[in-house]
Amino acid sequence: MINSMPTEDDIRQALEFRHTKAVQDKLRRAHVAICGLGGLGSAIAIALARTGVGHLHLIDFDCVDLQNINRQQYALTQLGMPKPLALTEEIKRFSPYIDIVVSCERVTEDNCERLLGDALFVCEAFDVAEQKAMLTNYVLEHMPDKYLVGASGMAGYHSGNSIMTKRVTSHYYLCGDRQSEITADYGLMAPRVMICAAHQANTIVELIVKNL
Amino acid sequence: MIKINGESVQIDDISVADYLKQEGYRMERIVVECNEEIVPKANYESFILHSGDVVEIVSFVGGG
Repeated sequence: MINSMPTEDDIRQALEFRHTKAVQDKLRRAHVAICGLGGLGSAIAIALARTGVGHLHLIDFDCVDLQNINRQQYALTQLGMPKPLALTEEIKRFSPYIDIVVSCERVTEDNCERLLGDALFVCEAFDVAEQKAMLTNYVLEHMPDKYLVGASGMAGYHSGNSIMTKRVTSHYYLCGDRQSEITADYGLMAPRVMICAAHQANTIVELIVKNL
Repeated sequence: MIKINGESVQIDDISVADYLKQEGYRMERIVVECNEEIVPKANYESFILHSGDVVEIVSFVGGG
């Protein structure tokens, strides 16, 4: 166990050793907004922060609940905390120098411009189908320069191989199996949700490296 | 013939709104692209799908 916290330079060098300097320079400059910090969003944020993405905007109106713990990246000590603050706390444990902006509010058509203005890359990681459609329609219609990565269909415990990333347009990618919905006896479980979140995070990394 | 979600459909000159109604889509859960361009919801009635168009209809399910 070491006593002193690694410096920002130590962590940058470790990331460059793993990912190369050329890739890491792009990731460090990138701004990613994550809309919804449930099973998808919390795992996406952790994956991107570990990868060395420099700027994250974490957006969710909700607080950590005991029924979230089955699939969301929070600790029992964080029950009742606003999710953006709890997730920031978790991320800072391994990435203390990352730039994180938090918004503890619900995303609507009226605040998309303000909330998403700074981020070229946006993750749609909502739970509710109507919210997913609202954000996707808004961003594609009104913010055409942004790259949007969304998700649909990841409930249950059948094969994870049906979870895929589909390029819908040059600026919109959709991850998931597109059909596995939550039902009374078939809920969201960590493994398939994490597979889908990993698809989303991977697509964001790919888009950053290709487009920055 | 129009390609919708990867499948060729024997149908021409139909509005997006009419096609969605005919197929029973839930309007508040969908996103429609035609030839890689978003079709704004306000244009569903007036936007006509023609032969050769490539259409993607994303119908979201809950979970996240």
